Amino acid sequence: MNNQASQQRLNRRYRFEKLFKASAIAALTLAASFLIFFFYTMISQGFSALSQTEILVEVHYNEASQKSYKKAVDKSYRKIVSRGWLRTLPLYMEDHPEIVGTSKMQWVTATGDVDQYMKGKPNRLKSKYKKQIDQLQSEGKVKLAFNVNFFTNGDSKMPELAGIKSALVGSILVLLVTMFVALPIGVMTAVYLEEFAPDNRITQVIEVNINNLAAIPSILFGLLGLAIFINFFGVPRSSAIAGGLTLALMTLPIVIITTRAALRAVPHTIREAAYGLGASRWQTVWHHVLPLAFPGILTGSIIGLAQAMGETAPLLIVGMMAYIPDTPTGFTEAATVLPAQIFTWAGESIRAYEERTAAAILVLLSILLSMNSFAVWLRKRFEVRW
Amino acid sequence: MSLHTMKRFDEELNELKGHILSMGGLVERAIENAVKSMLEQDEALAVKTVERDKVINALEVQCDEMTRSILVRRQPAAGDLRFIMGIIKLVTDLERMGDLAAGISKGMLRTLDHPPRNFSTLDVMGEKVVRQVNRALDAFSRGDTDLAMIVIEKDAGIDVLYKRMYREMLTYMMEDPREITSSIILSNVAKNLERIAAHATNIAEMVIYMERGHDIRHVDHEAAARLLAGED
Amino acid sequence: MSKSKINISNLKLWYGEDEALHGIDLDIADKKITSFIGPSGCGKSTLLRCMNRMNDHIPSCRIEGEILLDGEDIYAPAIDVVQLRTHVGMVFQKPNPFPKSIYENVAYAPRIHGLARKGDDMDELVETSLKKASLWNEVKEKLHQPGTALSGGQQQRLCIARTIAVKPEVILMDEPCSALDPIASAKIEELMDELKNEFTIIIVTHSMQQAARVSDNTAFFYMGNLIEFGKTGALFTQPQQKQTEDYITGRFG
Repeated sequence: MNNQASQQRLNRRYRFEKLFKASAIAALTLAASFLIFFFYTMISQGFSALSQTEILVEVHYNEASQKSYKKAVDKSYRKIVSRGWLRTLPLYMEDHPEIVGTSKMQWVTATGDVDQYMKGKPNRLKSKYKKQIDQLQSEGKVKLAFNVNFFTNGDSKMPELAGIKSALVGSILVLLVTMFVALPIGVMTAVYLEEFAPDNRITQVIEVNINNLAAIPSILFGLLGLAIFINFFGVPRSSAIAGGLTLALMTLPIVIITTRAALRAVPHTIREAAYGLGASRWQTVWHHVLPLAFPGILTGSIIGLAQAMGETAPLLIVGMMAYIPDTPTGFTEAATVLPAQIFTWAGESIRAYEERTAAAILVLLSILLSMNSFAVWLRKRFEVRW
Repeated sequence: MSLHTMKRFDEELNELKGHILSMGGLVERAIENAVKSMLEQDEALAVKTVERDKVINALEVQCDEMTRSILVRRQPAAGDLRFIMGIIKLVTDLERMGDLAAGISKGMLRTLDHPPRNFSTLDVMGEKVVRQVNRALDAFSRGDTDLAMIVIEKDAGIDVLYKRMYREMLTYMMEDPREITSSIILSNVAKNLERIAAHATNIAEMVIYMERGHDIRHVDHEAAARLLAGED
Repeated sequence: MSKSKINISNLKLWYGEDEALHGIDLDIADKKITSFIGPSGCGKSTLLRCMNRMNDHIPSCRIEGEILLDGEDIYAPAIDVVQLRTHVGMVFQKPNPFPKSIYENVAYAPRIHGLARKGDDMDELVETSLKKASLWNEVKEKLHQPGTALSGGQQQRLCIARTIAVKPEVILMDEPCSALDPIASAKIEELMDELKNEFTIIIVTHSMQQAARVSDNTAFFYMGNLIEFGKTGALFTQPQQKQTEDYITGRFG
């Protein structure tokens, strides 16, 4: 039992096990460090987008500025105050006529270059204005305030005014369409295939194809959506409904596959028990199988939806990669989605978009993470043990 | 019959059967010796036979132990169950036969003061009874129901022999009162032999039960024979 | 033998190309316990499942011959399988209560079959069913706790209560004690003995001792054939067929 050879074999086995464990830990560490690095860059870059430079200036609300918005501030400020903000003044004055003829000191959004200069990032601000900013700063007339615009504005050609609101609303609308289309169809298909369909050639072919669909590159779904929904059914281009339907196509196989797995995980004995008591097929599925499979179906669906939410490529094809400054208010209006917004910003040459890209990624990530943790929570909450 | 999946069970059954057979062998010899000691007035042989009975008794206890263990551990069914049931009964019969043989030897020891003048048909009867016992054990050993039926049928002959000898002894006693003691002893010996033959018949009946599952006790011979014949 | 409840005649069954039952003829006595014994794959469970048409759920399964329940062919087109199963209940090998409350487990079948609707009626039905399954005293305080929290033996008795709540005439039991310890098994056996006053019970079991203990009649199956059928006492002491003898004395294979 304890001879030399067996001792050696034993040692070799222990050595190998240690090596195996060590390499697994190394792989895990590597993966974790990538993740940490990713989060670190995103957070460190994106965090600064949550604040925005504002300058205290005297704003003149008068007829001249109503005609030419540039005249609302003194000439020396015109290059450092956001033009986009000034452009909103005539409209504002129209809505509030009582203010015309007054002028007041107020905090005003600075240009993207000023903002970048304030945050110590690379910029194209001329040295003249740099000096002016330094001067203003020493007077306490420049500050970094919370960037409300980022959450309340749509896209803009001026980075200091660009926000994610329209993209976020677009994402939500698209997701709603996806959910209401993909979930009922997917769950019903899975229930039919799993509980009712006879096991023959046709259902086997369907099964194989569903599994294959889940592995198809998502851009092909975009082409399919373009061909079917936009060209054939005439769904408005770039609309939430076109994007939602396209993503529903993509999510359907995932919902079907996860639902089938959840249905299959319901022990056969439960079905037998129900049949044995004289329940019909429909009663068996509706009273016993579906409730038990429900947490699994929900988890799978949420993960499928989260995947759809992060998807860009198919939406590119149906025209959702558009410049949408206005928040969509309906399913047929032109809309964009968060990942598309991120993609658009990432391609911009102006530096100030960079931090906004990172911030938008953070928002997207936190939505996806919370969706996934919600799925986990649901599973834990409703899981039935037998 | 094929073997059990559990080989140890077969071994146990065989061991038990072996015990019964060796017990049977001892009983057979005891009967032989008892009758011989009487006929030849061999005191030493009689004493030895009485002593030997203890061995038979010890074997009975052993067999009971084995059947108990098989019952509790193997939970026998069907043929095995009938075999064990049969053994339980059979062991008692064998032990009684041993006792009866010892009784004959004890009777011989009491005839020492009153040697019988005439043994009548004791030699024939002894021989026939021993043959009955031998046949019954053979039937058990081989599971031979035909032989067992022969034992059952031949029992009547032993009864006739006993009655004849009993009457003869009565005559002796009436002829000569001095012969009363020895004649009573001899008629008791004949009674013992008749009882031994009856136990041999019991064994034969058990063999039929074990092999065929028919309980033919308390059924007349013809009916029993019909029962057996009708089955095959 | 008393009057028979189920008559099976020349029943053949195929799974695809394989013939699993080769023409079974068997009469099941009313209000008696009949046990089916035999080695695995001998067709005893298959036959049991024919009696409430559980085999209908296996697509490749095909049946010939007839099974009469009180003289009516249960495979006749006019017979509704749902209706049939209210007459012929089933208890399975592994206790399989629904992951719902004890009350709901018992009330489920009466509700879907419309046997009791109002609260009081249902309460009464649940109580009598649990009492008949000798479970009432153990669970009356916790009727609304999950049935899956009970012990294995209690779960199986809950399944029996659930089955008798629809007042069937026949109860099929497919190895009901194989997942239970001896004490729990003994309780089920005792329960079966009480239930046979009201129901005809058919039990498939791998334990010959159990068959010998509980049943009035025993059928021995081998390779899809009914080898021997008779009174339990006789079959276990004096089987007529050599295969039966070999099986019950442990001389198989």
